[in-house]
Amino acid sequence: MSELREVISSGNDLAARAAVDAGCMFFGGYPLTPSSEIMHTVSDLLPTVGGAAIQMEDEIGGVAAAIGAAMSGVRSLTATSGPGMSLKAENLGLGQMAETPVVVINVMRGGPSTGLPTRVAQGDIAQAKNPSHGDYKSITLCAGNLAECYTETVRAFNLADRFMQPVIVLLDETIGHMHAKAMIPTAEAVKAGIKPRKVFEGDPADYKPYGVEQDEPAVLNPMFTGYRYHYTGLHHDADGFPTEEIETCRKLIDRLFNKVDAHKEELELNEEYMIDDADILLVGYGSASLAIKEAVNALRAEGIKVGMFRPITLWPSPEKRLHELGQKFDKVLSVELNQGQYLEEIQRCMGRLDIEKLTKTNGRPFSPADIIEKVKEVF
Amino acid sequence: MAFNYDQYLRVNKMPTLWCWGCGDGVILKAFIRAIDKLGIKKDDLCIVAGIGCSGRFSSYVDANTVHTTHGRTIAFATGIKLANPDKTVVCVAGDGDALAIGGNHTIHGCRRNIDITLILINNFIYGLTNSQTSPTTPRGFWTVSQKVGNVDPTFNGCKLAEAAGASFVARETVTAPKKLEKVIREAIKHKGFSFVETLSNCHINLGRKNKMGSAMANLDWIDSISMPKKKWDELPDEEKQNYLPTGVLKHDDSALEYCDAYQMVKDAHQGKRGKITQDDFAKKI
Repeated sequence: MSELREVISSGNDLAARAAVDAGCMFFGGYPLTPSSEIMHTVSDLLPTVGGAAIQMEDEIGGVAAAIGAAMSGVRSLTATSGPGMSLKAENLGLGQMAETPVVVINVMRGGPSTGLPTRVAQGDIAQAKNPSHGDYKSITLCAGNLAECYTETVRAFNLADRFMQPVIVLLDETIGHMHAKAMIPTAEAVKAGIKPRKVFEGDPADYKPYGVEQDEPAVLNPMFTGYRYHYTGLHHDADGFPTEEIETCRKLIDRLFNKVDAHKEELELNEEYMIDDADILLVGYGSASLAIKEAVNALRAEGIKVGMFRPITLWPSPEKRLHELGQKFDKVLSVELNQGQYLEEIQRCMGRLDIEKLTKTNGRPFSPADIIEKVKEVF
Repeated sequence: MAFNYDQYLRVNKMPTLWCWGCGDGVILKAFIRAIDKLGIKKDDLCIVAGIGCSGRFSSYVDANTVHTTHGRTIAFATGIKLANPDKTVVCVAGDGDALAIGGNHTIHGCRRNIDITLILINNFIYGLTNSQTSPTTPRGFWTVSQKVGNVDPTFNGCKLAEAAGASFVARETVTAPKKLEKVIREAIKHKGFSFVETLSNCHINLGRKNKMGSAMANLDWIDSISMPKKKWDELPDEEKQNYLPTGVLKHDDSALEYCDAYQMVKDAHQGKRGKITQDDFAKKI
């Protein structure tokens, strides 16, 4: 994706356009502030390219329709905000269990409950790790600027097909509604980079959709192509048929973890900004990182050597890199628009509790001044 | 020659988990005969089932089969159908699945009139989870959650479907397998949302504590509460509420099907037609 084009747009609009450029042909959703513009854009674009966008009767129906289309073999999207994520959770669990590639965009707003519908938060980080009950391994990407609303949505579609599971893209109200210039890849470059899901091409009699190696995802051929199989949220055997057989059940859940853990390097993506000579490390993601970067620049102008580490793939977390940074830096400050949801992960990866935190949960974005003040106060 | 059911079944997954004498097997066989007579290829057929005893229905058929979360069959099927308008999509759900937890999707599936056939297996109880009250459990019946007798009013699924906009509505019983097959055939053939309520027995979890503990006793009860629509129409009004009419209750071929409606949206966006206005529809509001 080397060729770039200049666009003037919003985060929500760019995410929607990215989906269509990445070959998405179906959207199922329900209106929810501050994500609705995604539905508005795909509702115009998808029928134009021969796809479909449907506004369902509720959030549950929205994700169910999207997963249904994805089961049948087409790239599929749903978009929502926190309250909708809560409602979609059960069906996302079905997507994890039966291994369905679907992309879910959550434009985060203040919560819990109805919270602050039109204001920003990063309160759904922990939820993104385990939206549904049960054991599985989530993949969650987080856009930190306008261009990434586009590029991370494209990446989400390719990862969903690679790992055969739902992939969550986190935006937040600030970045979703931000309207400005961005440099994004051309639609042709995106199209050229599409990696479709693996399919089985042998004799249908030999087809075992879930009979794969312990570190690989299921191979689910599109429906209506001569490879008939069963799809269930129950524990299932290699045919996809329900089973309670002890070894089969153990191996299934082990594999849902292994297929991600064994290929983490394909998922990890971080930004490191001015950390080589830094004395102080700031860790943040999403729209918070825009303020962090400004703060780094301002503090450096004053002679305070600060750098930023920004995970773009939040789940699975960049364990190894965070661990190394925890060894390198005495002074670490975590900055997030919640009460410290990712801080707990940073503490775990760094293996220490003496990490300073700057949090904000009043619905307003960080300003660089908030961060500059905090750095000067604690270090 | 006897009909060969095996060609449509996953015979290596037999026996089914249904209890001995369960009506679900009658419905499965009627469904298979209907598919055969319609000449629908197994590759072109998708069956979407929900949770409960009826949820296992799809798994036994050698087609593209799906077992979803509780109550969501129609929502999943809507995505499958809209992405593949030329394929046959059939939902199978129980009374709890389609009328309680999934009631909203049932209403809106009917409203959209999308070309999906819903086979609602109504056994008047939550069978798989051992006898809790369902939206169709008759008042005064014993349930494990209302042991002194159920007081909750009962739901008439066919009336709901009709009011919500389903263009084909029918009811049959497992005591009339040939009629059931015919109704399923008509329902699948019909273009639009088809709602087929099938009254079935659960002598184990409904019958035992309600004085019909054998399959035959439960089936006799089903026959005693239902009658062909023609006969039902002749009943005095005050008696009608005590019986469920069977047969085709509504069949409207003129209603616009949803995939066809959505094609208008595609055409408008692709410049093949102008904007869609109220004048495009026979029914204005």
